[in-house]
Amino acid sequence: MTKRPATTSNYSRRDALRMMAIGGAAGVIAPNLLGEPVLARTAPAKPTGRVIVGLGQEPTVFNPLMVHIEVDDGVHFSVFDALFRIDPQGVIQPNLAVEVPNQKNGGISEDGLKWRLRLRDDVRWHDGKPFSAEDVKFTLELITNPNFRSWRTAGHALVRDITVISPTEISWRMEEAFAPYLSFLTETFIVPKHILEKEANPNNAAFNQAPVGTGPFKWGQRVAGDHLELVANPDYFGEGPHIEKLVFKYIPDLTVLYTQFKSGDVDLVGQPYITPDHYGEAKTLPNRVVTLVPRTAFESFYLNLERPQFKDLAVREALYAAIDKEAIIQGLYYGVPSPTETFMPRQSFYFDPNLPLHEFNLNRAGQILDKAGWTLGSDGIRTRNGVRLSFTNSTTSGDPLREQVQQFLQQTFAQLGVEMKISNLPAAVMWGEFWMQSQFDSVIVGSTYLIGADPDVTNRLHSRSIAAKGGRGSNNAQYANPEVDALLDKGARTFDPEARRAIYYRVQELVRRDLPFLPLYQSNAVEGLKKGINGFVPNGNTRTESWNALAWYWAS
Amino acid sequence: MPGFLLNRLSQSILLLVIVSIIGFTVLNLMPGGPLAQYGLDPGMTQKDVQRLSEQLGLNRPLWIQYLDWAWRLVQGDWGHSYRDGSSVLEVISRHLLATLLLMGTSTALAIGIGSWIGIRGATHRYSLFDYCATVGAMVALSVPTFWFGLIGIYIFTLKLGWVPAGNMYAIGDGSVLDYLHHLILPSLVLSLVHVAIWSRYMRTATLDALTQDFVKTARAKGVSERRILLKHVVGNALLPMITLAGVQLPSLLTGALVTETVFTWPGMGRLFLDSLGYSDYPVVMGLLIFSAILVVLGNLIADIVVAVVDPRIRLS
Repeated sequence: MTKRPATTSNYSRRDALRMMAIGGAAGVIAPNLLGEPVLARTAPAKPTGRVIVGLGQEPTVFNPLMVHIEVDDGVHFSVFDALFRIDPQGVIQPNLAVEVPNQKNGGISEDGLKWRLRLRDDVRWHDGKPFSAEDVKFTLELITNPNFRSWRTAGHALVRDITVISPTEISWRMEEAFAPYLSFLTETFIVPKHILEKEANPNNAAFNQAPVGTGPFKWGQRVAGDHLELVANPDYFGEGPHIEKLVFKYIPDLTVLYTQFKSGDVDLVGQPYITPDHYGEAKTLPNRVVTLVPRTAFESFYLNLERPQFKDLAVREALYAAIDKEAIIQGLYYGVPSPTETFMPRQSFYFDPNLPLHEFNLNRAGQILDKAGWTLGSDGIRTRNGVRLSFTNSTTSGDPLREQVQQFLQQTFAQLGVEMKISNLPAAVMWGEFWMQSQFDSVIVGSTYLIGADPDVTNRLHSRSIAAKGGRGSNNAQYANPEVDALLDKGARTFDPEARRAIYYRVQELVRRDLPFLPLYQSNAVEGLKKGINGFVPNGNTRTESWNALAWYWAS
Repeated sequence: MPGFLLNRLSQSILLLVIVSIIGFTVLNLMPGGPLAQYGLDPGMTQKDVQRLSEQLGLNRPLWIQYLDWAWRLVQGDWGHSYRDGSSVLEVISRHLLATLLLMGTSTALAIGIGSWIGIRGATHRYSLFDYCATVGAMVALSVPTFWFGLIGIYIFTLKLGWVPAGNMYAIGDGSVLDYLHHLILPSLVLSLVHVAIWSRYMRTATLDALTQDFVKTARAKGVSERRILLKHVVGNALLPMITLAGVQLPSLLTGALVTETVFTWPGMGRLFLDSLGYSDYPVVMGLLIFSAILVVLGNLIADIVVAVVDPRIRLS
């Protein structure tokens, strides 16, 4: 068997340039953290010590193909491997595959329909059985098994004719060219065929509670409601792991989570990280490293464009001009998030930095509405053609910061002659039919638009993704722009990153102009860890801070 | 006695059916549901949500879902958690021990300390001790438990460093001493409210017993005050407390929601909150039925114990 370094990659000149550009920006944001290489070279020879990661939600789904939430990802990244891995610069690296396929190296055919992958030959499952292309085939087929409660099927549903050429080679045909699939595969962890094929019902398999993977950590034990423990896999094919035990500790109350970070009970604060109100104090804690790390989540004042009030662009422009973003970010969020004009995270290669900048100007907002014919009624609320400029705004109840934002905006909008009523709902109600079927007037929502680092946002912005109109996606603003549709279709078929960048720049430009939502800010996570933990690198392209726990080690 | 038991059993089954119908209906009529948590996932489409809904049987009429659930329950299958696919009984049993430990300790503390305060308050009525106990009980009942919890963590953990901030044990330790160390603060905080309740009830019951004829007779016979108290008063005062303990049995097992959250205690209370938050209907229903069974059992046991302790009461 060959032993290859886990970071083997095939950088093109373009990839290298992209890495330099984005890496530079990330370096400014996280100077203390990015000094270390992704996979540490000065770690102890043998796995030593333990890291306790505090989480605000309990990881409960350990079969990575089953429907799950963000917090489960830390376990999946540690116990399993995907074919590819996405690094902090957004570059896709090989993991179980030997190289990243593209049209130049012949891994993907010119028309984007035929994929051929070469796999590592030195990988073993935690039970000692060898990993092979059969496992990859089994995994891809399980995802689209109609009886299996699989997570995302988008992309996978296009895969046809999977052929195992040899234990280390596999090919398939795509029903249509779909460039984002490579990114989807960075979040598709491979499961063992030899264990799961024996299960009559994979939804209730014993494997789901004691998973067997190929990853740097093996399953240890779970104390439900408290913590779960992973142990180092000494036979891991790549670098690491360097710690003996990785523990995920569940602490639901965020104040208590922070307190336990302060008291030293947890070594590292994971999702949902340190709350903004503790950021100022956290920075001053001795022997702790606290850093702001950009996330992909983006907060917006999200509109239902089918409501008569919001059909008029002038109204959307006026409301946007009436939002004092700076006051919200500095006054309510302790300066933690960063203002933005787009849904694309600023660390992305596809982020357009040239979009028009928002300016808070109440007078201008009033003028826009006057010009558009929205006149003040006797009750102090503007109307036009019998439509009152009145609407409700909803967000998840029990989020005091968002509730303050609502009250702040309610007062500002009132000065314009716009009535905003507040009607908040519990999360389990808010993000159900109410959100998915566009039953709201407007909401304040923090959402991620990308899967991995791929810029494809068809699911959120294409007109055929409007669920309320029978579409199959989550374009809940009911935004429809034929040019955006055409660009998104083209972008999904285009594999060249430079060509895609032009496409998604234009999408951002159009969306910024049309304002289906009013951008507020891009989230930053306040990540905290004990001094002495080396190898920790934040990665905004994954949903977990523990994406590279294999590289962590304690300074001796 | 057998007639009484049969009668109570049939009433209890009817009660459980009514509770389960109401619980199931209310839970399922709430908008949103268990799949709402995936609404913000960038890759989850409406089609994915519909597919999951079909796989979980959530798209069937409510009454069919109920009958299906009830039929399986009768056969001993309490269903599977929507969150992790584990069986509901397994999920409940994973959290049961933690709650038993915390609630058992705090209840023992509450009964011991509360009874002592109540008896002493009654025998030293209108003394400084009695006033302090009354005011203390009012404060303990009025102030939210989480506030006591946070104050306790601030003083005893962050400032003095005497006890851990929470958790049931230190990961990697788990010795008996370590368990006890972690148990101190949450059990004391949790027992505060119960001490207050027990002391107030005990004070009233003791006062009541002190005015009874048999106490006057004992005094007239020259029996010492200490002997009167221990032999005649406490025993009689404890009688109404048995009913109170029976009623408190379910809360003993379903846990203390807030305390378990503040002290990161992996018990049933937190499980209930989490399951509600995720709309994990099978687990919530499981906890509801479990709790209802405990209410029924608690009352039944209390009735039987009272009858055994007090021969004047005949169950038949």
